[in-house]
Amino acid sequence: MAKLGPSGFSPYPVAIIDKVLNPPPGKALLFDELVDEEVAMREAAKAMLTRENPTIFPGPQVLYAWNEDAKKKAKQVKELAQVLNAKIIPMYDYRPKYPKINPEVEINPNHPNLTIWHNNIKACIFIGVHCHYANVALKIIRAETDCFTIAMCSLEGHEDAMITLRDQHPEELDKFIEIAKQVKAELGK
Amino acid sequence: MSFKVYQINPELKDVMPQEIIDLEEKSTLNNPKRGVMDLPFYKELIEEHSLCAGCPEAAALRYIMASLPNPEDTIIVNSTGCTSLVFPHIAMHTVHSLFGNQNAVASGIKRVLEYRYPDRVKDVVVLAGDGATVDIGLDCTLQSFFRQEKITTICFDNEVYANTGGQESGMTPKGHVFKMAPKGKQFEKVPMWQLAIDSGCKYVARLTVSSPKRVESVIKKAVYVARYLGPTYVHLYTPCILEIGLNSDQGLEEMRARDKERFEFFEYITPEAQEVIDRVKAEGLL
Ligand SMILES: Cc1ncc(C[n+]2csc(CCOP(=O)(O)OP(=O)(O)O)c2C)c(N)n1
Ligand code: SF4
Ligand SMILES: [Mg+2]
Repeated sequence: MAKLGPSGFSPYPVAIIDKVLNPPPGKALLFDELVDEEVAMREAAKAMLTRENPTIFPGPQVLYAWNEDAKKKAKQVKELAQVLNAKIIPMYDYRPKYPKINPEVEINPNHPNLTIWHNNIKACIFIGVHCHYANVALKIIRAETDCFTIAMCSLEGHEDAMITLRDQHPEELDKFIEIAKQVKAELGK
Repeated sequence: MSFKVYQINPELKDVMPQEIIDLEEKSTLNNPKRGVMDLPFYKELIEEHSLCAGCPEAAALRYIMASLPNPEDTIIVNSTGCTSLVFPHIAMHTVHSLFGNQNAVASGIKRVLEYRYPDRVKDVVVLAGDGATVDIGLDCTLQSFFRQEKITTICFDNEVYANTGGQESGMTPKGHVFKMAPKGKQFEKVPMWQLAIDSGCKYVARLTVSSPKRVESVIKKAVYVARYLGPTYVHLYTPCILEIGLNSDQGLEEMRARDKERFEFFEYITPEAQEVIDRVKAEGLL
């Protein structure tokens, strides 16, 4: 069973060592297990509601109003943050920043661990981050921190996250928000 | 890309830092009349850089970024060297190519963009040092001129390989001594602007970056002529103050001195390029 980090750096991503691949359509990845989307969503909500300093990291694809889905998702991210009692820290810019980022208010894919460490984030959701940067950032977070990472990807998902949800569009986000509300009520949070 | 990528979703504006909000609200993106006079008042596309303090390359880049008429749809192709250290920090599309290959890469990008976005104006601008443009990349540079690629090539001539610590380049003037050229340069500075003319460039300019307004005018002409006609070439003197032993505040002085000699302002415009320039001027864009 794959575990939370920190897993350290190795020539191969942890997901490869754990023999984990992205889930097929309709399925999600929970550590190294293929599960139904609902199951993964429940676990994701649970992680966000029970671990310290849960944070949503929205990327450019939801931060900027570049298409209709993005506009909807921005509203949903805001609602999700409320339901999960989570903070929002944007990954608005992929450029390495000189001389350094302010980890209080931003996360950068080139050293996402700085933001995680600084804010002591133990669970997070990536949403709207372009895949190649999500891949890099998730690998670094897994290698360097014990943060529970959740990837809500509109494409094929990210095996380096602890929970990978794929094909996440506004509809799926609505579903996740509903599940999160249920889990929240069950946990009495 | 479109200007929309800079429009922040209102729901998430409260978590965005001011510098990004400024890019939407206080930048000159989407305004083809933008220019260096906007610099003190608007959000710049480049604000931080990792060049030496006072490096004239940094000034040149600021002026160029402020002058490009269509930054949302401009792709900059660069090459290894001091200039390339700036590109990760600018709010524009940039492609880092293998040293010397920049004009070949830019040619491909330009052609693909024309094919992929036939109804959209996309400018491709090469920005590289003298080593990349004139020495190691001379083949690719000239071949792109021969092929009449519709790209703008800007050479940052600091007369040395600065990023690797001071080797002489083809652009080093005869006799100059550098840390790693102790005997002094043995042959004359390559007349790159003349090669550009002979190789078919429609617009060629040589200048220092001592005058921001002049840089703006040259860059705009070069971009418009490349957009409608064919290759254009801009040769800028951006002295490496580090390698020639000047202080941070002496770059401008050095450029002004060279304005009167080997970098005296020189412009070559073909008659068809002049037509483009006149047309753009009549539209109030120059
Ligand atoms: C193919 C290749 N050859 C050599 C180098 C080493 N190299 C890095 S920067 C540089 C010099 C760049 O000189 P120039 O183009 O004049 O730019 P400057 O640093 O002076 O602005 C060289 C040779 C490289 N990066 N790639
Ligand atoms: S080494 Fe020279 S060209 Fe490079 S940043 Fe410093 S002053 Fe500028
Ligand atoms: Mg040079």
